[in-house]
Amino acid sequence: MAEFSRRDFIKGGLLASTAVGAGLSFPNALRAQETVKIGVLHSLSGTMAISEVSLRDVVLMAVEEINAKGGVMGKKITPVVVDPASNWDLFAEKAKQLLLQDKVACVFGCWTSVSRKSVLPVFENNNGLLFYPVQYEGEECSKNVFYTGATPNQQLVPGAEYLMSKEGGSYKKFYLLGTDYVFPRTANKILRAFLLAKGVPAANIEEEYTPFNHQDYQTIVGKIKRFSSGGGACVLSTINGDSNVPFYKEFANQGLRSENAPIMAYSVAEDELRGMDTSALVGHLAAWNYFQSVDVPQNKKFVQAFKNYSEKTKLPGGAKRVTDDPMEAAYFGVYIWKQAVEKAKSFDVDPVRKAVYGQTFVAPGGPIKMHEYNQHTYRPVLIGEIMKDGQFKIISRVKGTGPSGTVEPEPWSKYTSPDKGCDWVNHQGTYQKKA
Amino acid sequence: MISRLTVLLSLVAWLAAGAAGHAAAAPAASPEVAAALTDLTGDDADKREAAVTVIGQTRDPKWIQFLSALRDGSVYARTRAGQTELVVGGSKATKGDQDVIDISAAYDRASLGTVPLTDLKEVPADRRLRLAIKPFLDADETQAQLADPDAAVRRGAAVKLGNQAVATAAPVVEDALKKESDRWVRHALAEALALIHLANGTPAQRASAARSLGDLHSESAVPALQRLVTDSTASPAERGAAMHAIRGIERWGLLTRTVETLFQGASLGSILLLMALGLAVVFGLMGVINMAHGELMALGAYATFVVQNWFRAAWPAHFDSYFLVALPVSFLVAAAVGLVLERGVIRLLYGRPLETLLLTWGASLIIQQGLRLWFGAANVDVSSPSWLSGGVPVMVGLTLPYNRVFIIGLAAVSVAAMYWLLFRTSAGLRIRAVTQNRAMSSCLGVRAGVVDATTFAFGAGLAGLAGCALTQIGNVGPSLGQNYIVDSFMVVVTGGVGKLAGTILASAGLGSLTKGIEPALGAVFGKVAILVGVILFLQRRPAGLFATRGRNAEA
Repeated sequence: MAEFSRRDFIKGGLLASTAVGAGLSFPNALRAQETVKIGVLHSLSGTMAISEVSLRDVVLMAVEEINAKGGVMGKKITPVVVDPASNWDLFAEKAKQLLLQDKVACVFGCWTSVSRKSVLPVFENNNGLLFYPVQYEGEECSKNVFYTGATPNQQLVPGAEYLMSKEGGSYKKFYLLGTDYVFPRTANKILRAFLLAKGVPAANIEEEYTPFNHQDYQTIVGKIKRFSSGGGACVLSTINGDSNVPFYKEFANQGLRSENAPIMAYSVAEDELRGMDTSALVGHLAAWNYFQSVDVPQNKKFVQAFKNYSEKTKLPGGAKRVTDDPMEAAYFGVYIWKQAVEKAKSFDVDPVRKAVYGQTFVAPGGPIKMHEYNQHTYRPVLIGEIMKDGQFKIISRVKGTGPSGTVEPEPWSKYTSPDKGCDWVNHQGTYQKKA
Repeated sequence: MISRLTVLLSLVAWLAAGAAGHAAAAPAASPEVAAALTDLTGDDADKREAAVTVIGQTRDPKWIQFLSALRDGSVYARTRAGQTELVVGGSKATKGDQDVIDISAAYDRASLGTVPLTDLKEVPADRRLRLAIKPFLDADETQAQLADPDAAVRRGAAVKLGNQAVATAAPVVEDALKKESDRWVRHALAEALALIHLANGTPAQRASAARSLGDLHSESAVPALQRLVTDSTASPAERGAAMHAIRGIERWGLLTRTVETLFQGASLGSILLLMALGLAVVFGLMGVINMAHGELMALGAYATFVVQNWFRAAWPAHFDSYFLVALPVSFLVAAAVGLVLERGVIRLLYGRPLETLLLTWGASLIIQQGLRLWFGAANVDVSSPSWLSGGVPVMVGLTLPYNRVFIIGLAAVSVAAMYWLLFRTSAGLRIRAVTQNRAMSSCLGVRAGVVDATTFAFGAGLAGLAGCALTQIGNVGPSLGQNYIVDSFMVVVTGGVGKLAGTILASAGLGSLTKGIEPALGAVFGKVAILVGVILFLQRRPAGLFATRGRNAEA
């Protein structure tokens, strides 16, 4: 691809896509509305389908809403949906296909960090644009990605801080439990550094990992039981998807209760709770930037719109579908892109990227703002308690320094990488802060 | 310290209110409370906090409920006839172009009708206010929990009081102890009382508390006892008692841990056994490498889900017994699918293991995607019946979950039934005959085709049964089978193909070995170690634990 200049390439892509659009509606070619393609890169089969299918749904819903109101700069959006099938190599392949073959203006996709890492070189080498909607471990700062999910300081640290606070119960011992892959490992590294910085002795921090799809939590719950026997202990859980049900069930069955040892979950949202018997989870906590229960009019509209959309398009679950944090982030990502395109008056990646900086939007969960230079997003931070119906009761809202009480994103945690910063306006991405 | 003080104060207040009795229940706000309510609507943060304290100290359950509503942000102020009135908001709705809300009176929650949201002003509960409210709610909650009909809730409350170890809670605990009849709640209450004395008592009380904690085998007390041992101001008697208690508790801890590990091993072993039993029949006896075994389990699990929904819709009163119906249903569903699979395609490929492997793998993908299309990609929720939730405390520090005890029982019954079927019935005799020598059995008039079909269906049914049991432990989703298939094959291969005793021994061995090394190595390395161990073992004994010898070895 090196012989093409990037800009030519994108222009060519737009020409081609216009040509294709015109070609399809040949008899009315003159009246045919111009279209612009975007890519949707979420697993629709395999293990991650359980979470990612909802993101595709919500992105398509946003596209439909925008098209109904006349599209972007007069052009209708045509989504190109591909299925990378939870296969990390396939993610890179499909991303390449979207950028080079379909020549999309922008891609919305990925869930797991490993899939994001696998498409990163593709987007960087071809100057593509990816909106990544999931909370992640940070330590990344790519010019070609906008991260609309939480950074560690917008989720991990506030969750732990809440449990340490008087309101949260003044917990003093922390059991860090996660699935064995990059997000929990990095998350726990940051959490440990944070806890140590707050004066929690190392003896009061326990760290443990389980393989993917781990089902047998007897030993670990036994350990937690002993760990918490003196009181004042809590669990910070980055256990992923499938292992949560066996974990919470075992936790409840061995007689541990949320009053005595609460679990703060970082990877359990409303969409996952749909598939769970929630009786064992009631009273446990989660930290997110959005809950379906956020009580504002635009959120009610969003939740209802999604239910209607699911019913109308006959998605499994229909009107029983719920919304959650990554879905909200995926949804407003599409709008941020639209606004940036309109501001830049262009679909080209570079002007759009510059126009995204500082872009604001009233998202379902409250106003958000794209950071001025670090590719991430100012978001509100909420602590919720799991209720019997699989929804969260919001019990605390972190007061941030950003606009409308949002928390400023820190891609490099100040607890593990105090010397690093991320800046694509005054620096070239990750840079060393001067002491 | 401050939180402790507030809890202490509120407990004192609660006791006082308890003594005052029911006199305060009837009238609404006393003058102080009325003033406090007015303060709440103001902007002065100090006054608002003081107002919460005034309201909370009435210890009136109805006012406590009001505070709880305030914390949730559902208290509103409205102005009526020039006076500000506080109301509690209920459900909201949209009527025409405005949002309306049901409201009720602040104190007795008498309904005040539905009003437009714009007429009300929310009384915000900021962090400071919520912090002020929390101790009142907590004390109230603990009180309510100590009187809860559910023993597990009472026990949880007792443990909490013990961990807080606030001196003023002692009479409350003593009181509860007098009324309590459940053995384990009594134990927790006695433990809480001793912990409170240990933290706040006189030296003599502390020494006796340490002794009784030792007798109670209280693991929660170890940190406090250790502090007492190193406390230079404590008397030698106290320290001696504490030291003695710690030694006793540690000995007891070792015992419980051993029993716990044994039980966990048995539990994991029985799960492995249930999963592998069907495979042992299909793979072991018939020689069919059934890659769709996991999906047959998934079918059983989904059958359980369907039965559950059916009960929920048709007989909600008998919901708890759905699982007893789901067991045979899941067996039959999986057996029927197995039968179709065997009669449809597998029978054409007997004696060609590689082709059957590919075929069953294809079948597994079809079943899996079929489940995904029919039930959706997301996991489905299978609730445990109440008799399979929770656990039975068998000794101090050891609770055996009912679902695991049940699965151990189910595995035992399945094995017994299978032995009876294979070795005590004529059908079993025919199965054994066909697997040993197909040609000769056919010559002697055994209809080999029928036997094949029933054997395969039986094996598939066992997989369905395992799937049903697994819904009580893990998730139910389209890819459920893939999580278990490797373990199932591992057990059958380790045990030795064609030998049921091998399968049983291998699942028990692998289960207890996994649980034995997991505490030391962690779950990830534990799994690695087990797999390495199995590989090394199969290197030495390729045929597994029980090798089939003689002429039918190649069959």
